[in-house]
Parts: sequence; C-alpha cells; structure tokens
Amino acid sequence: MGSMFRSEEMVLCQLFVQPEAAYVSMYELGEAGIAQFRDLNPHVNDFQRRYVSEVRRCSEMERKLRWVSGELPEPPPPPIPSRRMLSPREINMLEEKIDYIESEIQEMTKNARNLKSDYLSLIELKLLIEKTQTFFQDHSAQRKLSATVQIYNNDAVFGHLGFIAGTVATSRVPSFERMLWRISHGNIFFKQAQIDQPLKDPITGHELQKTVFVVFFHGEQIKLRVKKVCFGFKATLYPCPATYKDQQEMLSGVETRIKDLEMVLDQTEQHRRLVLTNIAGDISTWMLAVRKEKAIYHTLNMFSMDIIKKCLIAECWVPKSDLYIAQKALDDGVKASGSPIPSILHHVPTREIPPTFNRTNKFTRGFQTLIDSYGIASYREVNPALYTIITFPFLFAVMFGDVGHGLIMTAFSAIIVIYEKRLSKNKSDNEIWNIFFAGRYIILLMGIFSVYTGLIYNDMFSKSLNLFGSSWMNVYDNETLANHKALELDPAVAYTQTPYPFGLDPAWQFATNNIIFLNSFKMKLSIIFGVLHMAFGVTMSVVNFNFFRKPEMIYLQYVPQILFLMLLFWYLCILMFMKWTMYSATATDPTYGTSCAPSVLITFINMMLLKGSEDSPPCKAMMFDGQDALQKLFLTLGFLCIPIMLFGKPAFLFWKARNQKRHEVGGERGEVPAGGGGGAGAAGELLITQAIHTIEYVLGTVSHTASYLRLWALSLAHAQLSAVLWQRVLRYGLARSLAGSVTMYVGFAVWAFFTLAILVLMEGLSAFLHTLRLHWVEFMSKFYDGQGYAFMPFSFAAIIEHDDEQLAQNGAPPEKKDEEY
Amino acid sequence: MGYSLIPIFVFSILWGVVGIICPIFAPKGPNRGIIQVVLILTAATCWLFWLCAYMAQMNPLIGPRLSNETLIWISRTWGNKINNTQA
Repeated sequence: MGSMFRSEEMVLCQLFVQPEAAYVSMYELGEAGIAQFRDLNPHVNDFQRRYVSEVRRCSEMERKLRWVSGELPEPPPPPIPSRRMLSPREINMLEEKIDYIESEIQEMTKNARNLKSDYLSLIELKLLIEKTQTFFQDHSAQRKLSATVQIYNNDAVFGHLGFIAGTVATSRVPSFERMLWRISHGNIFFKQAQIDQPLKDPITGHELQKTVFVVFFHGEQIKLRVKKVCFGFKATLYPCPATYKDQQEMLSGVETRIKDLEMVLDQTEQHRRLVLTNIAGDISTWMLAVRKEKAIYHTLNMFSMDIIKKCLIAECWVPKSDLYIAQKALDDGVKASGSPIPSILHHVPTREIPPTFNRTNKFTRGFQTLIDSYGIASYREVNPALYTIITFPFLFAVMFGDVGHGLIMTAFSAIIVIYEKRLSKNKSDNEIWNIFFAGRYIILLMGIFSVYTGLIYNDMFSKSLNLFGSSWMNVYDNETLANHKALELDPAVAYTQTPYPFGLDPAWQFATNNIIFLNSFKMKLSIIFGVLHMAFGVTMSVVNFNFFRKPEMIYLQYVPQILFLMLLFWYLCILMFMKWTMYSATATDPTYGTSCAPSVLITFINMMLLKGSEDSPPCKAMMFDGQDALQKLFLTLGFLCIPIMLFGKPAFLFWKARNQKRHEVGGERGEVPAGGGGGAGAAGELLITQAIHTIEYVLGTVSHTASYLRLWALSLAHAQLSAVLWQRVLRYGLARSLAGSVTMYVGFAVWAFFTLAILVLMEGLSAFLHTLRLHWVEFMSKFYDGQGYAFMPFSFAAIIEHDDEQLAQNGAPPEKKDEEY
Repeated sequence: MGYSLIPIFVFSILWGVVGIICPIFAPKGPNRGIIQVVLILTAATCWLFWLCAYMAQMNPLIGPRLSNETLIWISRTWGNKINNTQA
C-alpha cells in the first residue's frame, strides 16, 4: 500500500562520533531532517553544557544581525540557499565581519544623532530670533526704553529688565507659565509664540510642537528661580541678543551654520545608506548560516561525552527507510574532518514507544494535519488520513451541493494552486491567508466534489439545469390551467416513468412542494452514507488487530460490533432501497400504490420496540412476507452481540492469564501465585473499561447514525439560503424596462456580495466544521487510538520556518510537526 | 419499477472504469497506493450518490406542484408530448 497507510517504522539509533567530525555530520543531518535527538543530559544546567560558549557566540551574532536588519530601510531580500557549509574558520571571519559592520553602523547612527540635535538647536535658535524680534519691537514701542544693551552673564538685559529666551514643548506651556507666575509672585512678564511647523526630535524621530517664549524679570533672585523652572520643564535656553542689528547678525550666522549642517547630515545619511545597501543582500544568508550553526550546537549539547573513548554519543529516532541517509551523513563527517576513527551508527532494540511519522507531500499534508489535530496516531496504527483525502471533500460536498458555489470555490483554489510557488515565497503574517494557503488542495477537492453533487442536486445558484429533458410533463388543458393557480402533477399520468438520467429532475426546482420530496431523498441519502462510513470505520479496526497480532479481537470485538451495526442499521438502509423500488404510482395492486407506502422510520421504530402493527386494507403493514420474523431475528442477534462485546475481551484475557499461571505453577510446586490480589483488581478495571466501550459503541450506533442527518440539514439550509437570495435580491432586477437595468446593476452587486460572504464563505466554513466533526467523532471513534506523539526531527527547514516565532529561552530550535513546503 | 437501462449502464460503467480499471494503471512510485485509494473511493462514493438520486426518482410517490404559468411554459418550451387542447 501507499506510504500513508500507517505511520513509518522507526528505529532507535545510537551514534558514536568524534567531536571533530560531529559538526559536519550534524549539518548534513539538519539538512536532511530525519533524526529526532533525545536529550542525554537532562539534568545538566543550560550553562554547564559542553558547547554553551558556541551557542552564546551564535546568539550574539544573531542579535547583531537582527539589529542591523532592523536599521535597513526596507525588509531584506530572501536568503540565497547555499548547500555549502561554513567551516569554523569561515565562521570566525563572519563573526568579525558582523562585529565590524555593527560597530560601524552604530557609530554612524550616533554621529547622525549628534548632528541632528545640533541641527535642531540651530533651527530653534533661528525661529526664536525671528519670533522675539516682534517682542522686542513691541516692547520698545510700549515702554520707550533706551536701546542700551548690557550683556550680563549670558543673559541679555533690556533696559532695566533682564530676560531669558528659549523654547519649550507646547503641551507644557500653560503649566510652565503658571509655575513661573507662582514662583515670581506675578513679577514676570511672559510672552510666547508657537512655532507653526513641528520639529523633528533627533533621537526618537517623533515630531515635536514647540513654543518660543521670553520671560522678562527684574533682579537676580528671580532670574535663578526662572532658570530652575526652565530646567524643570526641560526648556532649552538660547542666548538671544536684544538689539535689532545684533539679531540680524546672529540670524545670518545661524543660517549659514544651518546650511552647512544640512549638507553634512545629507552626506552622513547617504554614506549610511550606502553601507546598508551593500550588506542588505548578504544579511539574510548570514542570518541563515548563523541560525543553522546555533541549531547544530544546541543539538550537540544534547550529546553525552564518553570520557574513556573520547567520543560523543547521541541517541536518536530515525525512520527505518532513512537510515542510509544517517549513515552517509556520519561518513561525510568523518571524511571532512580527516579523522582516522570512523563514526558508528548502532541500532538499539528498545521497548519504548517510538514517535509517529507520516511521510507527506504537499498534497497529503493538509489532510494529515486535519487528522493530527484530533490526536497523533499511535505508533503504526492505521492512518485515517489516507481515506480522508476523498471522504472529507465528498461529505462536505453533500452538504454544500451547488454548482455555482462549487465553481467559485474550485476557481479560487485552482488559482492558488497554480501560483503556489510564487505565493509561498511571500511569508505572510496574515493567519487567515496562511490557513487558506495551507489548505489549498483540500479546498480544491471540496470545490470539485461540490460541482458534482451540485449537478446531482441540480442546483446552480438555486436554478436547475435541464440537460437531458425532464421526466415531468403538463397534462392539464387550458381551462383547468386558467381556473387554478397551482396544480400538482400526478406521477401516474404526468410522469414518463423513466427518471431523469443524471441527478434530480429540473422540474423540482420550480415546485412549491419541493421540500417534501427533497427531505425524503436527502434523509435517506444521509443515513445510507452514514451507515457505510461507520461500517468502514469499524472495519479499520480489523486492520489494526491484524497488524498488532490480536486475531482473537476480531472475533470478540469486530464481529459483534459490525453485526450489531449492520443487522440493525444496514437493514434500515435496505428497507429504504426496497421502498424506492417496490412502491409506485403506477402499481396495479393497491397494496404497492402510493397511499400504502409505509414509513421506513416508523417500521424501524416498531421493530426496535417489538410493536406489531396491523394491516389496514388494502395496505399491508409489512413490506414483504416474513418481514416480522426476520426483524425479530435481526433484533435478537443484534442484542446477543452486546454480551459478547461486554464480556468477550475480559473473559479471554482472564482465561489466558489463568493458562499462563497454570503453566508457571506447574513448573514450581508449592509457590503461591503472587498476582492473585492484583489479578482481581486488574480484572475489575478491565471489565469497567470494556463496559464503557460497549455502552459507548452501542449508544453511538444510534446517536451517530442520527448525527449523519446533518448532511441533510445543512444541504437544506444551503439550498434555501440560495433560493432566498435569488428570489429576494436578484429577481427584482429582471423583467423590467429601463429602470430595471439600474436595479439589476445594484442588485447583482448585492447578490454577488452575499453569495460570496454568506453562501460560499460562511456556509463553506460551517460545512467544513461539520464534516470535520463527522470524521473525528463518528468515523474515528470506531477504531482510532490516537495516543502517539509526533516525530519532530532536527531539521533546518523547520527551524527557518519558525524564525520569528517562539524561540525558546535557551535559544533552542522551536518544535515543529513536520517539514514545511 | 420505472427505470431505463441506458443511464444505469453508462454511469455504472463510467465509475467502474474509474474505480476498477484505472487503479491498475496507477503510476508506479511512492504514491501508487494513495492514487489507487483515491480513485476507488471517488468512484464508489460518486456512483452510490448517483444511484441514490436515480433510485429515489424511479417510482415517485408525489409529483411537483407547479404554478399554472410554469405548467404552460414547460409544455411550450420543453416540448413534452402531451394530450392537450390548444396549448
């Protein structure tokens, strides 16, 4: 069978490698992704492991690279995959290079920052001078003071007043003013003017709103207090001359300095950009190499060191079919290091339970993920994912059946599949897109099957297609038609007696009693498929029993289970098939006419309750002779299966244990079997477990069979929604004149939007969920054990996939299920 | 029993080819088993689905209830031979 039939056989291996050869071997194993290593030093602290300094060095390099890539103006291009492995000497050179680049960029950034703060001060000074010109002119006009200026301790003195000029953040101005007013007891004169354009903060790059202010005061004390307040409110003070002439001089000087500084800033920025662009191409490749190296050293930390033989010992799980890859990796390591001592790969027979590994390709991975989400399969049990490839899309399609919506789904997923290589390169953070992309093949199959079931249901956007000619015809003449608004067609006369060859007759889509017919059809359909799906599930357990060499379980568990299911519920399905064939509108015998067709459900319930029903002539209660006796026989046989399910396995195990004990006791006389007390307890537990399983199964047959009716329910809901949307939205634009074209234009937009949003997306999601539930609960509970743990190999691909998420504390490569695309 | 042999044969043979003949010619490779299972399951489920739809309509116990306009329209356009006066 294919590789997905059951999980792969795993082998526990011990590797003996020389430390020199270890690095190369690990690199190859990481590329191949076939070995899951076990930590042989679980009690050792992370900081005491052998290769901790190398891991630390790699973490440092990674941090530097990450910082540098953060400085890049745009995200770096993806790495060039190079199979070539870096030797330790090359890694040292890389480390030095990264160091140098990091310090260079840091210095440039620091210089740029200094320059920017100088620039900011100069700009502020210029604005200050410009704004305060008005103050001083204003002031002199009012006060008529002389223009003598004394430069006094860096502060200007205007007339007999001293003043301090500076800038402060606009948001702080009211409190600043209030504080100054308070400390000076109202003896200051405060003038402010807001700077209109926001200035750039050199450090954060944020925009600041600043206000220019001048504080006029008298006296030394107030000057000190004002200065303290300014310091507290982080206002920058500038020396501002008072006379117009000095101000103009200063202004021109400042302007030249600003121009110079702008040029210098420009050039610094250009130089920085040049350096960054030069390394932008290589950054991702270096990052990849550093990450791989860190992963290798972290895994090497899990090895244990044998002091006597001076070699590293590792334990790992490897799939049996991949053992040759592991051997080759070890041999390459030995060859590269030039060491004369070979590395050894040694199988270790063990009773431990190996991890579960299912080899998947891009098509089967989605389905395997669906199954694994419920629980990882136990080691080497049969894998339901193989059948899910078809049963999942099919059951979805039974609920979703509509040609139009199916075509939309198929088209959407086909586009994604055709362009998958290009789309997989853009790593997106959008979770919803990632989910759709990962499930593209599932959606494609769902769409294709939906088109098929839509053709059978004859439903395309709630309209039917007449491809082969309808089997229903009009038999009424004009007078009857004129006098009655609606007429029912009698199958005895208005029917060609040959069904529409492919699917449902198109006439049904126009019928007002559509639902009556469809309900009967879809309910029967759901039960038939449900019973078959469950029977399939129960039969899967035989495969497991056969593989794990428990043939007795086939007779003790499988046979009673399948008999119970089939005798009762497959008999129900057979009754359905019989009703479809036996009762007809054209039957000559009224017993088999339309008015005498029995309800299959009532017949089934009467069978279970052992209730006899009477004939009301001309109708018979039973469909065929001997039905009553047959039903009673089936019921009896079915219920006889229950005690076999209940006691079969415990009785068998008990008998086997007793046989073994007799064997042992026969060998050594006079020895009291010690397991007597334990035996009773274990038997009790076994009985209880078996009772739970039996009750679960028996009740499950009833409840799960009814659960499959959701196939009918969702299909009905979908058809009704589709019909409502057509009749209430799109129809209003049809069959009208000029006004109708505008209505159609708007109506189509609304109809298309709701079709996509409600019918395709919402109903699609709903049907997906219900199908998943049917698989997980109704199908897999019949045979699935699901107690395994996933195989998580040491693989570079998995580590790189999770580059930004979940890096463990000690820099461990994050855990990942299986290889990504 | 109202049935016509042609559709039954056509669709049974169609799905029979898909489900029984095609798996024999599945390409050899690691995915041979998967392809075979896919073909068999597809054929089985699709054939059974078609069969249920066919059998449910072989002997209908009720007929569609149509409006008089629809009845006039189908007798004109679908061209079913009917005993009708002045259709």
